[in-house]
Amino acid sequence: MTVLLDDPMVTTPWVIDQMRRETADTFTFILKPVKGHGRGSFQFEPGQFNMLYVFGTGEVPISISGTQEQNGKLEHTTRVAGTVTGAMGKLRSGDVIGIRGPFGSHWPIENAIGKDVIVVAGGIGLAPLRPVYNALVGRRDEFNKIVLLYGSRTPEDILFRSELEKLSANLDIEVFVTVDRSTMGWRGNVGVVTSLLRNVPFDPRNAVAMVCGPEIMMRFSVHELQRRGLKEEEIYISMERNMKCAIGHCGHCQYGPEFICKDGPVFPYNRISNLLGTREL
Amino acid sequence: MTSQIKSPPLKNCPKTVIDRAGLDCLFDSLRVRGFTVVGPTVRDGAIIYDNLGSTNDLPMGWTDEQEAGSYRLKKRSDKALFGYTVGPHSWKKYLFPPRQRLWMAKRQGRSFSIENNDPPENSKFAFIGVRSCELHAIGIQDRVFIGDKFIDPVYKSRREQAFIVAVNCGQAGGACFCASMNTGPKAESGFDLALTEILNRKSPYFVVEVGSAAGAEVMGDIPQRQLAEKDEQAAEAVVAGATSQMGRAMEVEGIRELLPDNPDHPRWEEVAKRCLSCANCTMACPTCFCSTVEDTTDLTGDHAERWKRWDSCFTMDFSYIHGGFVRQETKSRYRHWITHKLSTWHNQFGSSGCVGCGRCITWCPVGIDITEEVGAIRASLS
Repeated sequence: MTVLLDDPMVTTPWVIDQMRRETADTFTFILKPVKGHGRGSFQFEPGQFNMLYVFGTGEVPISISGTQEQNGKLEHTTRVAGTVTGAMGKLRSGDVIGIRGPFGSHWPIENAIGKDVIVVAGGIGLAPLRPVYNALVGRRDEFNKIVLLYGSRTPEDILFRSELEKLSANLDIEVFVTVDRSTMGWRGNVGVVTSLLRNVPFDPRNAVAMVCGPEIMMRFSVHELQRRGLKEEEIYISMERNMKCAIGHCGHCQYGPEFICKDGPVFPYNRISNLLGTREL
Repeated sequence: MTSQIKSPPLKNCPKTVIDRAGLDCLFDSLRVRGFTVVGPTVRDGAIIYDNLGSTNDLPMGWTDEQEAGSYRLKKRSDKALFGYTVGPHSWKKYLFPPRQRLWMAKRQGRSFSIENNDPPENSKFAFIGVRSCELHAIGIQDRVFIGDKFIDPVYKSRREQAFIVAVNCGQAGGACFCASMNTGPKAESGFDLALTEILNRKSPYFVVEVGSAAGAEVMGDIPQRQLAEKDEQAAEAVVAGATSQMGRAMEVEGIRELLPDNPDHPRWEEVAKRCLSCANCTMACPTCFCSTVEDTTDLTGDHAERWKRWDSCFTMDFSYIHGGFVRQETKSRYRHWITHKLSTWHNQFGSSGCVGCGRCITWCPVGIDITEEVGAIRASLS
């Protein structure tokens, strides 16, 4: 067997520089390239994902939650959900994992220039949107209103909490957080994220929304955004399906005519709106 | 097709005629050029594709009878070498192997390295007896594996090296419907050589059409005679015979909308009562390309491998995401398969995913017929 360097199925080792616990069941890897591997700096667009490989266990698609451009580090935030992410949760800094990517489509940040931007996240769905709000804040002058809405199960499950607190301290970005279930000490919003959408200030004639979370949450968010007058083609959502290859060859991630891995994961809502209502597609 | 990868097809290339001895020479010439010659042979009551030692391994005097859920070999009254239609195998098993190791890795402390120590495999195949529908199927898989941004290096290497000897069909089977899919029965392009077998009383002979420079070069080694008008007429009659015998037909008009526009049609429930979700159709299909990966380690845990193997959208695991399975019910899986094959394949790859070979009909253990299922949905709406 000859492993070809340009074989898109061959993984590249990256070392875990830091393993940061986020909540009870989520964590972030901060990864740096292993010397002698990789091909220069890692370029990606917000919304894209990598295939993460745990030695001998398997590979899963995980969205990129950030980079540290000054030192070439790459960040992935995930929730322990299955065999591979379970094994990932047991790794420590200094361990090595495999990375293939980046793959897939990205959030329409350039399309949002000069518009109001509404970012709506549910649960771990905040992770693929983190590079978005970081980019928006970094280039604040280029956008009109910026609104971030985030729904989590409980106050303890709030992801990137200190980061959100810092964001909300900015007077030119609005951050709203809600929880499904309140616990001791929580004096914030309780209820689904769509309830926040009802009163959020934005100009539906000149706005873009980016939505990521469980499918049901995205569907209700889209309905509410539409009810507020936002056009279908200005609403973007990020879809998830089983993926084995991430390069459009294995067939697993098909969603109607779309391959989530290469046509998505980020879609303008009008492109897939006719698919979302069909069960078990 | 071959022409996209190799030299362009030859224009106005004269056809010639070879006999059985010429066919022997063709096998020898291909072997001398380093090809592993593979093609049809009789095994376990079916005509399958495997290595061929000589033309004696071809299914001389055999034919097959096919119907939904049924395949039987039968003796012919003549000595035809290619007097059968397609069997359970397809050429995808050579170009897109059922199991292949993607890579190996070795643990090194808390790190690992990808190993690269296998000798290159010999994967230079000459395919003997490729039917027109199968040429189209290969063209379809080309668009999947080497036609977009990401290239499958194993497929690419095998595909580029393959030498294709097509054979025009002289008969159509009970499950065949290539004529209605516009994929046969005559091989039009995508081959190095195309043979038409002419049966006469003594021994069959072959009209040869050269389809590429590589094909012309190989023909230089082979004793042949000029084509006479009667040979040409005989060859045309052979193909015309197959066209007139098509066992089935697919009505393709409006099919791209018909299936996705009816996701809740009661026919899906009905077919799910018969479908075993066994995946046989997807294994036999020459265009189905789905695969999965498997990770293994040895007992020490220090050596890991990643394997790719054929997978099927009819399995439950296929659609697993955290929290469950997207396509839990058989009706969803059948609907996905047939809708992809006949409709959404166009969106993805610019053609139908079906070539009308009929394998999914013949090799379905309960005889579900793709043409009948489409027909039932169509009829219910008209």
